[in-house]
Amino acid sequence: MALQTKIDEFLNGSGNGEIAEAAAYSAKDFSSDQDVRWCPGCGDYTILKQAQNVMPDLGLAKEDIVFISGIGCAARFPYYMDTFGMHSIHGRAPAIATGLKVSRPDLSVWIITGDGDSLSIGANHFVQLLRRNVNVNLMLFNNQIYGLTKGQYSPTAPEGTISKSTPFGSLDHPFNPLALSLGAEGAFVARAMDRDPKHLKQMMLRTHQHKGTSMLEIYQNCIVFNDGAFELFTDKKSRPRETIYLEQGEPLIFGADKDKGVRLDGLKPEVVELNGKYSEEDLWVHDETDSTKAHLLSRFFEHPARGSGLLFPRPFGVLYAVDRPCYDEMVTTQNQQAMEQLGEPDLDALLRGPETWEVK
Amino acid sequence: MSIKDQEREEVTIRFAGDSGDGMQLTGLLFTNTTALLGNDLRTLPEFPAEIRAPAGTVPGVSSFQLHFGSKEIMTPGDDCDVLVAMNSAALKANLALLRKGGVIIVNTAGFDKKNLNLAKYDENPLENNSLADYTVFEVDVTKFTKESLKGMDLSYKDEERSKNMFVLGLLYWMYNRPLDSTIDFLEGKFAKKPTIAEANIKVLKAGYHFGETAEVFTSRFTIKEAALEPGTYRSTVGNDATVLGLVAAARQSNLPLFLGSYPITPASDVLHGLSKYKHFGITTFQAEDEIAAVSSAIGAAFGGSLGVTSSSGPGVVLKGEAIGLAVMLELPLVVLNIQRAGPSTGMPTKIEQSDLMQAVYGRNGESPVAIVAPRSPADCFDMAFEACRISLEHMIPVMYLSDGYLANGSEPWKYPQTSDLKKIDVRFEQPRNGEDEPFLPYLRDDRHVRTWAIPGTAGIEHRVGGLEKEDGTGNISYEAENHQKMVKLRKAKRDKIADFIPLQDVDQGNEKGEIAILGWGSTYGAIRTAVFALRKEGHDVSHIHLRYISPFPRNLETLLNNFEHVIVPELNDGQLVRLIRDQYLIPARAINKIKGSPFGVEELKQEILRTIETETLA
Repeated sequence: MALQTKIDEFLNGSGNGEIAEAAAYSAKDFSSDQDVRWCPGCGDYTILKQAQNVMPDLGLAKEDIVFISGIGCAARFPYYMDTFGMHSIHGRAPAIATGLKVSRPDLSVWIITGDGDSLSIGANHFVQLLRRNVNVNLMLFNNQIYGLTKGQYSPTAPEGTISKSTPFGSLDHPFNPLALSLGAEGAFVARAMDRDPKHLKQMMLRTHQHKGTSMLEIYQNCIVFNDGAFELFTDKKSRPRETIYLEQGEPLIFGADKDKGVRLDGLKPEVVELNGKYSEEDLWVHDETDSTKAHLLSRFFEHPARGSGLLFPRPFGVLYAVDRPCYDEMVTTQNQQAMEQLGEPDLDALLRGPETWEVK
Repeated sequence: MSIKDQEREEVTIRFAGDSGDGMQLTGLLFTNTTALLGNDLRTLPEFPAEIRAPAGTVPGVSSFQLHFGSKEIMTPGDDCDVLVAMNSAALKANLALLRKGGVIIVNTAGFDKKNLNLAKYDENPLENNSLADYTVFEVDVTKFTKESLKGMDLSYKDEERSKNMFVLGLLYWMYNRPLDSTIDFLEGKFAKKPTIAEANIKVLKAGYHFGETAEVFTSRFTIKEAALEPGTYRSTVGNDATVLGLVAAARQSNLPLFLGSYPITPASDVLHGLSKYKHFGITTFQAEDEIAAVSSAIGAAFGGSLGVTSSSGPGVVLKGEAIGLAVMLELPLVVLNIQRAGPSTGMPTKIEQSDLMQAVYGRNGESPVAIVAPRSPADCFDMAFEACRISLEHMIPVMYLSDGYLANGSEPWKYPQTSDLKKIDVRFEQPRNGEDEPFLPYLRDDRHVRTWAIPGTAGIEHRVGGLEKEDGTGNISYEAENHQKMVKLRKAKRDKIADFIPLQDVDQGNEKGEIAILGWGSTYGAIRTAVFALRKEGHDVSHIHLRYISPFPRNLETLLNNFEHVIVPELNDGQLVRLIRDQYLIPARAINKIKGSPFGVEELKQEILRTIETETLA
């Protein structure tokens, strides 16, 4: 069975999806022949470009990569990648990807989703994927609005959002996608933005390298229905003040002049000025394997435009990354153990069952 | 007192007790022994939806009916000849199902004040002459069980639990059955608890000897072997046969099988069953919900596995959108619907075949799928296999409509050998390099079927999705002519399956005549038996039973037109009958029962006669 051979090779490490050197790809090889049809200026363009840029670095054969999406503007993404792809139904990409990855552990599976797709209609599948820790990569394009249906508020839209369906302002409290992911036992949780392509590409690479469900939230600007939603973080002027880039083993420093930092008073984070009273040594050093700290970081989530007092900068980078057994690997192991335990399958014995009798 | 040995052609026994009394096991063990003796048989278990409804109450009654005989047995029997009632509630719930003059064996310990109150009896039916129409044997099963276990130092609970074995032993004596198969079973089941095994066997033998020595019973019965077709048989229930059909299809298609499922009555046993056979290359995934269950199966199918999802009506509703996706993607997908009474949550443990319309039409847009339906517990094997074959060879979702009656009912099965099974022809797209023609995912063969192009195959990278696609390329297309063409193509592909399924046969009776009784699914046995009786009485009636429903067999229209009248009995409010009228413009008549239970043979016979009368007078 050709298919089984391929899976077996992968499991034995003999195939492993490595590509011959001659077949080295460029970003262009990952661009499909389809015209890209997002609105001009949409944040999705940069994300697509970085995905195509990062693919050659993964060292995978093109045919072993699959992009699966649900519904929404972001969900068009697979059509533009010259890999295998499926544009599925609203919210269900994590479930489809689970079935694919569990049955085909040799494939590199990427889920493309948005805030409506993953946190509204598909929220159940999203949290279940994270808890199972299926070895797939999930890129959540968060634009805090429903773009494809033309401008209703989304589950990440701040309270009071004026949208087509909420002319008097939205009432429901938004999800904090990273806190939700950690709460759902996510083992890899990271954030990037469309307007910092270099960092975005780096995060995509980390997403790929991590074994388990890698959840990368990407702040993505919807130029038509929610332009500027993340401007404070993306604008060159305000970005240094409002964001903090996390680096493993590095202290939490931010500000245009690198003059601010975050320290921990017990378990209580506080923003401090690095001008005498506190120095770098006093600051919180980022450790992406520390779940308590990851939870604290995920809570740096005040809405800057309406904040009061000293606000925390929004963290970008890998908040949390630990190794936890992957569901798909465990399935494979259990199936193999069953084979060892129960021996060569004998269909005739199975059909015969425990007791038979003869009629003459 | 001498004991008379009498021969019987057929007997129906109903075991009834509290859901904690072990009546299902008692019934199954009696069934196995009876099957090994070569009788033909059918069984029907009935249990409450609640795991343990309040003990001693009518809603808590669990029962198991077994119909066996030396002649052909096709149904679990209408009225029973023997009713075993372990308590007052069991008697109350089942007395109406006992024929006048039938035998009641009661456990008198279940007729104390407390039990009578729980069953809401004002007075003890054993004492007020209300059972004068029946032969009642009063046995203090509880007392005898405890006595036979004296000195064994068992807990109260363990003693209580073995009392069903006393009844089983007693019935084995009454019907001349050997104990060995049951003793083997008990020794195996309690291999790690030899004391419990010993206790159960002791009680079983005590029950048997009680029959012999108590001088209560005046008759013993012998039921000779049935004239079954020669061969080797086993016993099976429908859900197990379904599981085996899937395993066999995976084997014959040389594919790994992936089942995505969410527990639901009465389909869960398919998930349970398949999860035991991982060494056959089977992966089972208990998903977070029905939608994830079907979606994961679609994901696996995209990757080249035999993707299967199992559920019942309320779950299949939730899967609708994803099934539509599989229609659009033109991927194989097997959807098992073990139907139950609806709508909504309905009656989970009750029998109905009311999801046929759902299977045919229950999705948005023009969304044709293939549909098959097994007609008996053993036929679940064949039709589950066929569902997989059609799905894989025609790249289309297939709905498999079983129901609670088939799922839990059992019959002797002349099981096949692997060598008897068809090979399933799976065509994967082959790798390509730069010099080859560009790959077109929606190119079709003469059956309108596209190839299965799975990830990991070099040179055929492509995208599929739920948006309408251009014929050939599979690119998104909203173009008017293309949409109409694709809708027609998907339907033509489904209809073309008719060339690859058997022609419709006439199960009984002439190919041409006055009346055709057209059935589908689990009503087979009842219709067959009723038609047999009607023909014996001289009526010109034929029985046609569908196993392939979408598409219909090619000759069905001609066949039905050979009859003056077509009558369609169904356990719903008229679903197949509407499909027949719609497709063939035949004025088919309906017979409908929607009571959560199967047709009784006599009941169906009378209904058919009544319908014939109106038809021929009309």
